Amino acid sequence: MGEWYWLPDYGWRFVEGIWVTLELLGIALFFGFLLAIPIGLVQVTGPRWLGAIARGYCTMIRGTPLLIQLWLLYYGLGSLFPYFPELRNSFIWPILREAFPYAAFAFILSVAAYEGHIMRGAFASVPKGELEAARAMGMGRFTVLRRIWLPRAIQNVLPTLAGEAVLTLKSVPLASTITIFDVFGVGGIVRQETYRIYEPLIFVGFIYLLITAVLVVLFRWLENRVPSANRA
Amino acid sequence: MSATLTASSAVAESATSAIKVDDLHKSFGDLEVLKGVSMDAAEGDVVSIIGASGSGKSTFLRCINLLELPTSGAISIAGEAIKFNAPKNNEMHPADRKQVQRLRTDLAMVFQSFNLWGHMSVLQNVMEAPVQVLGQTKAEAREKAEAMLERVGLYEKRDQFPAFLSGGQQQRAAIARALAIEPRAMLFDEPTSALDPELVGEVLKVIRSIADEGRTMILVTHEMAFARDVSSKIMYLHQGLVEEEGPPEQVFRNPSSERTRAFVSSIHN
Repeated sequence: MGEWYWLPDYGWRFVEGIWVTLELLGIALFFGFLLAIPIGLVQVTGPRWLGAIARGYCTMIRGTPLLIQLWLLYYGLGSLFPYFPELRNSFIWPILREAFPYAAFAFILSVAAYEGHIMRGAFASVPKGELEAARAMGMGRFTVLRRIWLPRAIQNVLPTLAGEAVLTLKSVPLASTITIFDVFGVGGIVRQETYRIYEPLIFVGFIYLLITAVLVVLFRWLENRVPSANRA
Repeated sequence: MSATLTASSAVAESATSAIKVDDLHKSFGDLEVLKGVSMDAAEGDVVSIIGASGSGKSTFLRCINLLELPTSGAISIAGEAIKFNAPKNNEMHPADRKQVQRLRTDLAMVFQSFNLWGHMSVLQNVMEAPVQVLGQTKAEAREKAEAMLERVGLYEKRDQFPAFLSGGQQQRAAIARALAIEPRAMLFDEPTSALDPELVGEVLKVIRSIADEGRTMILVTHEMAFARDVSSKIMYLHQGLVEEEGPPEQVFRNPSSERTRAFVSSIHN
């Protein structure tokens, strides 16, 4: 069953790698979803020009590989920044020098596009009458959005969002192509140093499986907070 | 502009009106659905609006709380005229959104399709507006909501979600939700039309109990017998105009218009 003698030596590296993976995933899902809300909403409410921009954004990001977006940001944009002395001397330079922010930013943009597309449908699927009922009770626009429209929309698409989260998790290894040692990157270190190829891959795969399981359980818990008649 | 003037002068005359509507017009594109409808409901009045489908009765009701924006006319709630901007594309937009939000809490609405919020339990549905709109504490709102649900016979179902309730139960929950904001008047938009026949009775019973306690109600309905029993005034709409109005005995027994007679007798049997 393979050679596993190396595992104890790299235990701590893997813990760090898992942490980086979870960090990237958490940042991407949280901020990506925050952006997805207005991106989905303006496609339903207008104004029309803003909806068109949001739709164009979703099409562009969803239509190109995340790997290309990531490289364009890191190798493209990232290599332009040093030509601006104002940037080099500013307080954000230490951040712009790192790879992590570029990966986080690329993943956020990606999640925003995919989930923005989902949220457009989610907002549109909330029965109009429920929004009317909220307005008829004297709720203002923002209260309707915060208390009725948004939670109701999310409830409709939680299973889809769960799938999206799992897919995002499995996009995170792309970060290892820009020098980030997520859990996949740590697997690469093991390969280089021990010449074991398959065992680290299998081990890393197993870790993704575990994280996926946690995500699935988490989303199922969220879904079950509101029982639905067609899921009884 | 002239609409605002009419409204303010109308207010001065009738301070006891709970809801007063003057010469309301509403067009959807080229189709004029309301061609000048007026109504004056005094405090404690139960006004039933009857008429064939497409006569404009639901549109009229929905104009009162501005779910539809009228094309012209004046509306005042408890003597306070709703302020409108000049009409644009057949619609008068309210000039003061805060005023509309405040006046809407005086006018709770019950819908044909219930429109309970599907992501909340029955109790949460009833507590929502008191907490979010009226600023009650959760404890206070819960206590009142539970009393309200007790009243409509749904206390046992308070932790259920709407999708698990029958139509009649959902509508009773919706009525409890409307009552919870302690409105000055209630607007019922065909509250029993979406219900199975055997469930109509339980909802009508609740509506009757609200009428009996003297709350102002505007009721759009096809339930003629119920309208006759419960109303202080009947308004018969035909093609966007008031064809006949008066106390129920008059409209049902002794209508002045031939069309009203035909409508009332056709529905009756």
